[in-house]
Amino acid sequence: MSIIFWLRRQDIVILHNRFNQLSHNSDVLRREDLRKIPDLACNPIQSQIVEAFFDERNFKKGGEGSVQEIGFEEFLTVMSYFRPPETHLTAEQKEEIRRTKMRFLFNMHDTDNDGTITLEEYRHVVEELLSRSGSLGKETAKSIADAAMLEVASISMGRMGPDEFYAGITFDHFLKILKELEIETRMNIHFLNMDTTFFCK
Amino acid sequence: MRLLPTCPCFLGASLLVCVTLPLAAGGGANASQSRPAEINVTHVPVVTVKWHHVETSYLVALWILVAGLNSKLKSFFPESALLIISGFILGGIVWGADKAQTFKLVPRNFFYFLLPQIILDTGYFMPNKLFFSNLGAILVHAVIGTCWNAAAVGISLWGCYLGGAMGNLQIGLLQFLLFGSLLAAVDPVAVIAVFEEVHVNEVLFIWVFGESLLNDGVTVVLYNVFDAFVSLGGEKINAGEIIKGIVSFFVVAFGGSLIGVVFAILISLLTKYTGKVQIIEAGFIFVLGYLSYLTAEMLSLSAILSVTFCGVCCQKYVNANMDEKSVTAVRYAMKVFANGSETMIFVFLGVTAIDTDIWVWNTGFILLTLLFVLVYRFMGVFFLTWILNRYRLVPIELIDQIVMSFGGLRGAVAYGLAASLDETRIKEKNLMITTTLIVVYFTVILQGLTMKPLVKWLKVKRVSPTELKLIEKVNNRAFEHILAAMEDISGRIGDNWWTRGWKRFEDTYITWFLMKPEARKNRDYLFSIFHKLNLEDAINYVTEAEKRGSLAFLNQTDGTIVNFEKKLRFSGVMPDIMSELDFGEKSNISDIKDTVPSVSLNIHEHEMKRMNEDFNAHHLLQQHLYRSRKNHRHKYSRSNFSINQSEDEVQEIFQRTMRSRLESFKSAKMGVTPAKKITKHPKKDPNHKTTDKSKKHPYGDEDFEFSEADSAYSGDGGATGGSSQRRGTYTMGAGVENPAFMPEMDTPPPPWVTEAEADTSVAPSQGAQRYLPWSPRNLHRLAPLRISDRSTDSFLMADAPATEESSEESPQQPSQRDGTHM
Repeated sequence: MSIIFWLRRQDIVILHNRFNQLSHNSDVLRREDLRKIPDLACNPIQSQIVEAFFDERNFKKGGEGSVQEIGFEEFLTVMSYFRPPETHLTAEQKEEIRRTKMRFLFNMHDTDNDGTITLEEYRHVVEELLSRSGSLGKETAKSIADAAMLEVASISMGRMGPDEFYAGITFDHFLKILKELEIETRMNIHFLNMDTTFFCK
Repeated sequence: MRLLPTCPCFLGASLLVCVTLPLAAGGGANASQSRPAEINVTHVPVVTVKWHHVETSYLVALWILVAGLNSKLKSFFPESALLIISGFILGGIVWGADKAQTFKLVPRNFFYFLLPQIILDTGYFMPNKLFFSNLGAILVHAVIGTCWNAAAVGISLWGCYLGGAMGNLQIGLLQFLLFGSLLAAVDPVAVIAVFEEVHVNEVLFIWVFGESLLNDGVTVVLYNVFDAFVSLGGEKINAGEIIKGIVSFFVVAFGGSLIGVVFAILISLLTKYTGKVQIIEAGFIFVLGYLSYLTAEMLSLSAILSVTFCGVCCQKYVNANMDEKSVTAVRYAMKVFANGSETMIFVFLGVTAIDTDIWVWNTGFILLTLLFVLVYRFMGVFFLTWILNRYRLVPIELIDQIVMSFGGLRGAVAYGLAASLDETRIKEKNLMITTTLIVVYFTVILQGLTMKPLVKWLKVKRVSPTELKLIEKVNNRAFEHILAAMEDISGRIGDNWWTRGWKRFEDTYITWFLMKPEARKNRDYLFSIFHKLNLEDAINYVTEAEKRGSLAFLNQTDGTIVNFEKKLRFSGVMPDIMSELDFGEKSNISDIKDTVPSVSLNIHEHEMKRMNEDFNAHHLLQQHLYRSRKNHRHKYSRSNFSINQSEDEVQEIFQRTMRSRLESFKSAKMGVTPAKKITKHPKKDPNHKTTDKSKKHPYGDEDFEFSEADSAYSGDGGATGGSSQRRGTYTMGAGVENPAFMPEMDTPPPPWVTEAEADTSVAPSQGAQRYLPWSPRNLHRLAPLRISDRSTDSFLMADAPATEESSEESPQQPSQRDGTHM
């Protein structure tokens, strides 16, 4: 089910200007263009975020893998994950939007596209987020990630048998764990507003 | 027994006092009526106590001393409240002695001698980037908010007066408006004093802070306009006068700022050309800052705006032009002056209360004023923030709005304005002074006291009662970072055409004009970071090494450090410790020194064993997650200028991302598979702080990145863009060992070192590296050292000939390359 994104004309114009600015007036945006944003360099997970823009899974066309450059349409599509919640939606539409947003987050963690967040991938995320200005070693970051995974495992799968092996967090587990997270209200930027003037796939 | 030596002193002192006091008393009694020279001198006075000569200054200085030592209660009470209370006590004493308040806060003294240095201090230490990127919001609050406050309070009071709530007063609408306007302004002194205790996030902080500074423009205009209206009388006010009032606002505000900018340019030029007189050039800043204040005051423009912009604009150039010592001297001196003035202001505010002359009590007036001031502040803030939120990417939350409203403190400026009212025109001056004082006390003491608990209560309420799972915590934080990133990508306000254009303009023309040529060259951002970090590291390292003795690392027999030693043999941990030591701020060096080895090691041990212990992981997570932009606390404070902790994090993140970027860049160029994960290096290689500047390569980062990348791709010696000498060193240097330090060179590295994730790179002793740049012969080791798993403590190596080491190490490179750390 494709979500209809309602964007105001002026928002699209603003985003288009921004796109041009970032890509230096070419039609395509590359990773380096995004990385050049100065404030972004100070973000610990900027590499994942930049990847998210080039990840085909986020383009809603059902593709996989990553691309080297994106056009404006894809840029808009990724930005649209951050639209604020609408008020006049049915429950299932809300659920769908929630799934979409969670899927975006999930894709950010699951870098190898196999549908599960493995321990390795999660460790990577945790390391990125952890400041090294304390007395932490890499081992500590790893153990934190391990502890987190164990928590998830115990919640999702209950008691595991001695030879069961928890491969990783699947998307459903992810949804279940983070159902407390009010993603609809938090994952939005007031940039994209709710007027119906433009139909964007 | 201790008292014996002091007894004679006491006796002598008391004798002296007893002898001279009658003289002084007699002299004093006469002095008030006649010149001292006319006192009947019957004998040659050996010593006289001229109390009255020094009375004022003495008491003031003494009281400041006492007040300054009040810090014991500071954790519970905000300092400003304490000072006011000290002022009460002092006022009580003086009033008891003299039956009249001889110590008033004369408005002129306040405005001319006490206020300017405080404002200069705030301007000089203002976080410019934050300030200017939020300038729109700040102006909205300052201008519209203050006008709203003034008008609303004035009109409501007038309405209540008409309704008879205040009894009989000789007062009219215009006077109410005048009163409203002098009470409307949020006071910078009070705001700083309170916000220092309550650490709020930086956007909130800069909004309130900036508002308190910029609203002076509005206050001055409103005050003068209404004052003129009051003297004109109600009948003569027509549209023309009102328009003149509005025009005068623009003139006052922009004129004041312009004067500030002019003086800032003067200061910058002065520091640019006076490199030879370093001692004096620090003084110029104060003098010129003060002159900017006086000039604006002379032209009846906004003096506070003038000084603010003077400080704001000159800080960058002055800090670049002046010698480091001068910069430090200026910073300290500013803090001292500002602190002193602030103390005095608050004490005087307390003292002036103890004066029966001014007290006029009118319950209705006072209580209603208090009520209206509070209520309208809240209303104004909420309304304006609601409007502003529609244009913000990440809206300001309710709690922040509450804190902002609550932080609208009135202070000495309001009192100064009230005390300078003309009592012939404004019959109820004393009532107004009383009310202003009460409002000031209420806001500073009560609101100051309750601010911290309120914030805590609000935040505590927000946190969900159930303890979040680890994964949720991680995700929450990741989320905030994602949002911040999306903000950046979609272009925050700060990153648009105007700012970029301005930056370009500034970089080309203004810096050329206002900065010394050498200063301009050194402005490379990364270089200055390294420079600063290196200085700190160097100092830390030396201090620490000195305390322990240079070979202490090897000879530890302490129980806590036993593991230390054991791990030393297995490459890598020692450097880890060292690198962590380096992160401590100077003041914490001893703490870190003591805690880091045991803490990090123990954690390491325990984590390996008890991986299921949630609480440990939770705790660690809590402490060490990078703070997102929303959570950055800005630490502006009157009493210290330690680095904002989040700046360290930001730098760290920045370095890491630069590193990884260049790594992938290099891998793309060389076609080699990159390391699977991002390597972690706490610091950039300080190698660039070489003694010969010629080594400084335009692609500074890349050079060291290459070293790392190089080692990751074993056997890969070439580097694009590196100098040839560097290139040579990569092959040689990858995994340079320090034989003196690591005797067991040929033991295979332990399991966790050769894990599949080859990026357990641990930086070698940062301390060691630090010394390397100084000795040219060690240049060849610069780049790769960082990735060596051995600690090359050059402190030990300083005497060892480097060249033969390197040659003896090179044959071992290939065999060790895989094991050694990348």
